[in-house]
Amino acid sequence: MAAAEPSGVGVVSRVAIDIDRVRSVVRALVDPEIPVLTIEDLGILRDVGVEGDKVIATITPTYSGCPALRQIEDDIVAGVTREGYDVEVRVQHNPPWTTDWINAEAMEKLAAFGIAPPTAPEEVLCPRCGGTDPKMVSLFGSTACKAFMVCSSCGEPFAYFKRF
Amino acid sequence: MSSEGVASGSPQGTSLPDPGDFFKYLLSRADDSMVLAQRMGEWISNGPELEEDIALGNIALDHLGVARALYTYAGAVEGAGRGEDDLAMLRSEREFMNLLLVEQPNGDFANTMVRLLFFDAYQKEMWTDLLTSADDTLAGIAGRAAKEAGYHLRHSSSWVLRLGDGTDESHRRAQDAVDRLWKYTGEMFEDNDERYRVSWEGVVGQVLDEAGLGIPDDPYQRTGGRSGFHSEHLGFLLAEMQWLQRSHPGLEW
Repeated sequence: MAAAEPSGVGVVSRVAIDIDRVRSVVRALVDPEIPVLTIEDLGILRDVGVEGDKVIATITPTYSGCPALRQIEDDIVAGVTREGYDVEVRVQHNPPWTTDWINAEAMEKLAAFGIAPPTAPEEVLCPRCGGTDPKMVSLFGSTACKAFMVCSSCGEPFAYFKRF
Repeated sequence: MSSEGVASGSPQGTSLPDPGDFFKYLLSRADDSMVLAQRMGEWISNGPELEEDIALGNIALDHLGVARALYTYAGAVEGAGRGEDDLAMLRSEREFMNLLLVEQPNGDFANTMVRLLFFDAYQKEMWTDLLTSADDTLAGIAGRAAKEAGYHLRHSSSWVLRLGDGTDESHRRAQDAVDRLWKYTGEMFEDNDERYRVSWEGVVGQVLDEAGLGIPDDPYQRTGGRSGFHSEHLGFLLAEMQWLQRSHPGLEW
């Protein structure tokens, strides 16, 4: 063991951070409420970088009332720590988050998951039957980001990701 | 600065405020959202229908989220090592600077919705104004909060319309609520927030008008919240909210 140690006994030599690997780990983390989308798909993850010997992940909160934010922070810390690095999660408020940051592919994944994606309210389609005339039941659904609607064609209730 | 009519210490407008005044400003607006979130939380499991119960809880979470962001930022601006929990849980009644309006008891559903209408319309004006604050972080928080306030206002407006223009009983209760709460609205426009009064009166006046509700003749207005002088209700609210942290300092879930 001693032969493999660097000369400065007691000094732990830090391995350079494999930032590409850390990035891929963090980018793959999914949203706790919408597990078909990653935090990158949703535009929550803004940056993963390095300062000194620490990984810095920057996130932007979605709705103020989103209870998932803390979970997302914990998931990032757990994921990066598992890779063996120190990590700090920074919350960046500006520019403010918008549903415009959700990419087209993610919009399709949302619809396939049963959540109407954040189109204009008058363009919402039922994610189950494609019905074009759903009714708004409540602007505030199961989570802060979703409204609660009912399809006039098939009668099924569904969530609509509100445009923000 | 003075040519814009903006008092020093104000985060509104293009010049950066004095840090001490800015800390107080952030804290007072965080207190508004925190106290209202606590009040709205009292509705959970007591809403008139399931969808409304969920809506009230959701809106309460929005206010709690804004309070957390503002407390955290206020702590950073103060630079004394205080975090969001210290500022929310370890200050006394006299140190809270929220509006008297948000600490009033919920009362019935009509009273709750009229209070929200008054407050949502005020917050929408404020957050929209703060989008152009010279302070980047506050402008960013406002970017989210302004959109949320728009959703909140749509919700409370639609309920006040239905209640005011509904049955005799719902109308009577809504009018009672306007009469009871009107005296707490003037306080929203103190100091630099005077600039929001005209738009606010336009928005709220139109909803009340459509709902068939009248504004009381009595011009009497209560004030004091922004300087820490509160009604008898805040102490009880804080006692309940802060009890756990006061009894078990630093406790986490």
